[in-house]
Amino acid sequence: MAEVRVAESAAAPRSSPRDDPRVVMSIKDLSVYYGAFRAVRDISLDIREREVTALIGPSGCGKSTVLRCLNRMNDLIPSARVEGEVRYHGLDLYDPEVHAGEVRRRIGMVFQKPNPFPKSIFENVAFGLRVNRLAANSELDEIVERALRRAALWDEVKDRLKKPALGLSGGQQQRLCIARAIAIDPEVVLMDEPCSALDPIATARIEDLMQEIKEDFTIVIVTHNMQQAARVSDRTAFFTTEVSEGDQRTGILVEFDLTERIFTAPSDERTENYVTGRFG
Amino acid sequence: MTPSNDAPASFDAALSDLRPSASLKRRRNVERVIKAVLGAMATLSVGVTIAIAFALVRPAVEFFGEVSPKEFLTGTTWAPLFKPAQFGVLPLVTGTFLVMAIAVVVAVPCGLAAAFFLSEYASPRLRAVLKPVLEILAGIPTVVFGFFALYFVNPEITQRFWPFGDVGTFSALSAGLVVGIMILPMMVSLAEDAMSAVPDSLREGALALAATKREMCTKVIFPAALSGIVAATVLAFSRAIGETTIVLLAAGSNPQLTGNPGQGVQTMASFIGFAGIGDQPTGSTGYKTIFAVGALLFVLTFVLNIVSARIVRRFRQEYE
Amino acid sequence: MSATTSTDAVSHTPGEALATARTSGRRRLFDTAFRSLLIASVGLALLTLFALLIDTFLTGQPRLNTDLVNNMPSSRPARAGIQSAIFGSLWCVGLSGLVSLPIGVGTAIYLEEYAPRGKWYVRLIELNIQNLAGVPSIVFGILGLAFIARSPLKWGFTVGSGAMVLTILVLPIVIISSREALRAVPPSLRDGSLALGATQWQTIWHQMLPSAVPGIATGSILAVSRALGESAPLLLLGALTFVTFNPTGLDSGYTVLPLLIFKYASDAKAEFHTVAAAAIIVLLVMLLILNTTAIIVRNRFQRRAR
Repeated sequence: MAEVRVAESAAAPRSSPRDDPRVVMSIKDLSVYYGAFRAVRDISLDIREREVTALIGPSGCGKSTVLRCLNRMNDLIPSARVEGEVRYHGLDLYDPEVHAGEVRRRIGMVFQKPNPFPKSIFENVAFGLRVNRLAANSELDEIVERALRRAALWDEVKDRLKKPALGLSGGQQQRLCIARAIAIDPEVVLMDEPCSALDPIATARIEDLMQEIKEDFTIVIVTHNMQQAARVSDRTAFFTTEVSEGDQRTGILVEFDLTERIFTAPSDERTENYVTGRFG
Repeated sequence: MTPSNDAPASFDAALSDLRPSASLKRRRNVERVIKAVLGAMATLSVGVTIAIAFALVRPAVEFFGEVSPKEFLTGTTWAPLFKPAQFGVLPLVTGTFLVMAIAVVVAVPCGLAAAFFLSEYASPRLRAVLKPVLEILAGIPTVVFGFFALYFVNPEITQRFWPFGDVGTFSALSAGLVVGIMILPMMVSLAEDAMSAVPDSLREGALALAATKREMCTKVIFPAALSGIVAATVLAFSRAIGETTIVLLAAGSNPQLTGNPGQGVQTMASFIGFAGIGDQPTGSTGYKTIFAVGALLFVLTFVLNIVSARIVRRFRQEYE
Repeated sequence: MSATTSTDAVSHTPGEALATARTSGRRRLFDTAFRSLLIASVGLALLTLFALLIDTFLTGQPRLNTDLVNNMPSSRPARAGIQSAIFGSLWCVGLSGLVSLPIGVGTAIYLEEYAPRGKWYVRLIELNIQNLAGVPSIVFGILGLAFIARSPLKWGFTVGSGAMVLTILVLPIVIISSREALRAVPPSLRDGSLALGATQWQTIWHQMLPSAVPGIATGSILAVSRALGESAPLLLLGALTFVTFNPTGLDSGYTVLPLLIFKYASDAKAEFHTVAAAAIIVLLVMLLILNTTAIIVRNRFQRRAR
């Protein structure tokens, strides 16, 4: 039973602008069950403002499950049950009075496979604004342009905003999904393996994008690509699976620290084995 | 444990951030109403079945108050609209069975054969031509088939080629043949679905053992798809029993207790149609016969449909 | 190993055995016979269809003129037309389409998006819809006779009651095809919409329904086709009467094309049979137009989704 090491805020992380960044979301003793099967156990970690926090680990260790708890997307699975706390600015997201839609407006998500709507590029970005009544029709053009610029997509699509979004390449579609997510001005953007369906060039562009938008958004990214985590993130959480009675594989958090430490001087042997490629 | 060093000034004010706003609350209420309306629509269908049951049960029960079930189920003369009225339903039952048997003898083997052809032998181009043709056949209204049966099949085919005796102007044979053609597309489509659910690995296994295509079909695919094929056959029975217009036109309206396909017959369904045309006064025994026979028909087809669905459900599990 | 499946078993080398097996006369005979049987079955279906179409056309062709469509039914075959039936059909089928479409799609939405899976009452509803789809159409006529024409509703033998019976009859078709259409929408679309904070109904209205429209449209057109060709249930609802006027309202007497065909076909005078055949051609053309529209709609939307 390894202990979870949590870093106290310490010497300046690689690229964080502040010395002691605020905690935006804090997860405490989180366990998620699908029916009787416990997918993850006793997860505790903090997400700090305007940082990129990466969740890494071998497949099947519950990283996506934890991510989806942060914006209540697990609600969509009927058998899913959550124990523990997920707090956003101190508020429990799973409080019965809290509305899931309001949560998702503030904590957005980009999915593994780009999923633009079968509408025009403009309508894709405007959708979140429309359904949440966040802007008057007259303001839409401006906000959509701003979001597309932020997502480094504007120059490529500015002449074909009314054309179908499905006509874009994979990498462009994913940047569109990012533009769509940030158009509604969330505080946090969750990314579930956003580059795994893309080629290396598109991946590199999105990694650059992450560094840019980090100035305005807090990002939590799940990735099974260690090098990517090392490149883009400020803090990293390493997950693995443990086998419990009945041969159930349950995900646990092994170590959570500044990325630099995780990759150069991890405290736990399992972390070290993973990041040095001894298992994988 | 790092404390959250920015606790909101007022807990309530911050919680209200994530609680639904007034406009959101309004939208949620509207959506709750939408959900209720949609749910009501869904229960409408249950209401229809209950209505059918009610519509059939009450007059049928009254009918059996006036006519003994024994006479109904065992009597051999059906003349409910005449004086003196007689209520033996057997002629209708044998008539139904006769037409159904002929229809099934046509539709099931041909349907299976056509399904095998489409599924295993036909090239994609041929399939692209044949499937729409079958859809056309499936879309032809029954009255058109009835006309075809009465004025083409009966004089040109049945009367000419039936070797076992005379065929009248109306015959169960012509009606049965055309009913069979009518249900053929359904049989083909269901059988083909059953065959395409058989995994390719089984086909490859058979061929790799030097079986011919025919042997693969008869010895591997047929047994594997059997429950789906049986379910389709049961459904074919059900549809053949319920067919009204073709029988009315081609088999006539004379209830006869006979096993001779060359004669005209009346089936349960065609009797109901016949009686309906006659516009029986409400409440009369003639009126109630519609419901008694209708109840019998409904029960028969209902049971067949359930049996078929059970078979399909068991078959789906085998390939999960 | 010297496996040979030939019935004239003589000891062979494996190579010879293979060759023998492949050229076994009886086996190949069965293969050819089987294949011929299959082709014959398909041929029978094709032949029947052609015979039907050709015979109908030849029989009805003499009366295929504008008089047919302009005239009302008459007791004189030379003057008999089908106008009242065409309009009666349009009224009945149009009304039933208008009512069954929203109810059917609404039910499908409820079952696919809102209903909790596995609950007993949901299973009951689903089972019920499947059963209704298999009930003989004449039983719906009995239902109409009992409840709509007579007792509670007392609408009598009118366009309204005919349309209502047709609505109930095609409702399961609309429901089942709409459900398929909704199920075909990729779940990633729903996820994407909800992740942006949209509510469930907003997601359905803005994403699921628009994507499901081609499937729903095709299913509805199929349902309407079915309603147009129905004869049995309306037999019990007084649509076989001799009607020489077009419907004027929901409470109007009426007749429909399939039943007028039935009437002319069962008439003793042979000249009426010609009129019946001509009317069949008109009916088939109407159905052809409907189904071609369905195919066009399906193809156009499939292309746009690319």
